[in-house]
Amino acid sequence: MKKLKEVVITLIFPILFLIMWQILSIRIDNHMILPELQRVIGILLEPRQSLIGIGSLFWNIYISLMRVLIGYGMAIILGVPLGIMIGCSRKIEKLLSGFLNLFRPIPPLAWVPLVLAWFGIASIATVVGVTSGKLYTLLNNLKLSMLFIIFMGAFFPILTNTIFGIKGVQKTLVDSVLTLGANKWHVLLKVLLPASMPSILTGLKIGLGVAWMCLVSAEMLPGSIAGVGYLITHAYQVTRIDIVITGIVTISLIGIFFEGIFRFIEKKFFKWQSMSR
Amino acid sequence: MKEIIRLREVNKTFTSEKGHNIEALQDINLSIEESQFICLLGPSGSGKSTLLRLMAGLMDASEGEVEVMGKSIKKPISEASMVFQEYSLLPWRNIIDNVAFGLEVRKVPKKEGYAIARNILGKFGLEGFEKNYPYELSGGMQQRAAIARAMAVSPEILYMDEPFGALDAHTRLQMQQELISFWLKDKRTIVFVTHSVEEAIFLGTRIIVMSSRPGRIIEDFQIDLPYPRDRWSGKFGHYFNRLMDLMNGKSSITEEYSEVYNQCNNL
Ligand SMILES: Nc1ncnc2c1ncn2[C@@H]1O[C@H](COP(=O)(O)OP(=O)(O)OP(=O)(O)O)[C@@H](O)[C@H]1O
Ligand SMILES: [Mg+2]
Repeated sequence: MKKLKEVVITLIFPILFLIMWQILSIRIDNHMILPELQRVIGILLEPRQSLIGIGSLFWNIYISLMRVLIGYGMAIILGVPLGIMIGCSRKIEKLLSGFLNLFRPIPPLAWVPLVLAWFGIASIATVVGVTSGKLYTLLNNLKLSMLFIIFMGAFFPILTNTIFGIKGVQKTLVDSVLTLGANKWHVLLKVLLPASMPSILTGLKIGLGVAWMCLVSAEMLPGSIAGVGYLITHAYQVTRIDIVITGIVTISLIGIFFEGIFRFIEKKFFKWQSMSR
Repeated sequence: MKEIIRLREVNKTFTSEKGHNIEALQDINLSIEESQFICLLGPSGSGKSTLLRLMAGLMDASEGEVEVMGKSIKKPISEASMVFQEYSLLPWRNIIDNVAFGLEVRKVPKKEGYAIARNILGKFGLEGFEKNYPYELSGGMQQRAAIARAMAVSPEILYMDEPFGALDAHTRLQMQQELISFWLKDKRTIVFVTHSVEEAIFLGTRIIVMSSRPGRIIEDFQIDLPYPRDRWSGKFGHYFNRLMDLMNGKSSITEEYSEVYNQCNNL
């Protein structure tokens, strides 16, 4: 009963919003400004149909997700170990942090012109030398320029939060396992990593958010031929505002989905953190 | 008796954030023999924790030498374990996994490790809490689990930094008994920090008294009382009065109190 009440409360504003939208769209009566609700829902409900000649909603989501997966994955592979090393060792910190701090303040999208000049329209397909077939269609959509920008967006939040997590580990915890016979690896794997995991996870969460934002913006740039961001720009050019809105709604839904995954992990594995003193 | 810990001319100076030097320990010369139950007694800030950390190899001396089991100590050794003054259980591990930690890193099979851990937890009144997480336990229970964890590896030397500070009076007495019987059973060396005079006399074979600023050893003597000790015996009272006076600053022990000391020993 209490649960039901909570659900109702959280739904009040979304529903009011949708009602407003519907009323406005009927009053305005111009689907080039504000399409009716059912048009957007209709597209969302049939994600496999081809839209304005650039493939289905599914296909564009798929391409976008693959781009994020690779750029973000690279940011994790580099950011987490680097963060751990910097967090553990004063020397490595001195060696690297000055250098890394040069790049930290640069907004990821500021790299766009430079990256386009460097990589042009080169994609993973160019790098691995695939020139035809289904695999080519996929790989050719994974432009290096976009991957780079996504990487840049996700890397720093991940790095910073990892360093913060490792440095914040209570010294007594490390000392106590040392006196129990732990070696350096034990300290890393059984204390530092689990202790900083909540913070690392925060980094991953923020990193994914930034990656996703960078992606959609990057896809709106010239040279892009697929992805949710591209879908939005292209639909705008052919004045299909219903598809533009569908694209925006999709971005929001995927964002919520990611957020949910992280929340689930936090709740399931890191209860000790919120409960501990 | 064999010497197990040796400190020679040890000084420890900390530099505070503002750049002041804090002399935490000064001119510490100390020889600790095997199988002794040493109590370190002293007011807050007298360097007891620092001394313990030096002996445990968690910290280097600024000057002088610290030898444990015949070797100069550079890092913690597997023959010694420690109970900390602060809470030190790993918050993401349940109690039994915490207590079995030392056995786990020693590659003791999991089943065996759990059996040992369960046994000790039982002795410390923590049966039924194996699967609970530290945050679900009271402060005193957490501290008992931390003691169990340090004992689970059956160390040659056990360092304990005010382990019973957070316990209520009743549990405290119980834990003191438990510790005594653990010690009597196979006479490991224990270095026990406390600022309770009564606790020191109840537990120790030898009491080392420290003063603060700078941290120095101001008194060091044996307690010749059989176990289990009777808090109401006359001899206990003598030791108590003597130490209280010492702690209260009447520290010209050598003349005034050597007499009392001798009396104590003659009783
Ligand atoms: N890491 C440190 N950095 C700077 N000063 C320190 C550090 N550790 C201890 N000190 C200082 O050294 C002195 C002795 O500290 P220590 O913790 O050993 O005292 P203690 O006898 O254990 O006190 P308590 O009974 O309150 O636990 C104190 O003045 C303290 O401020
Ligand atoms: Mg202390």
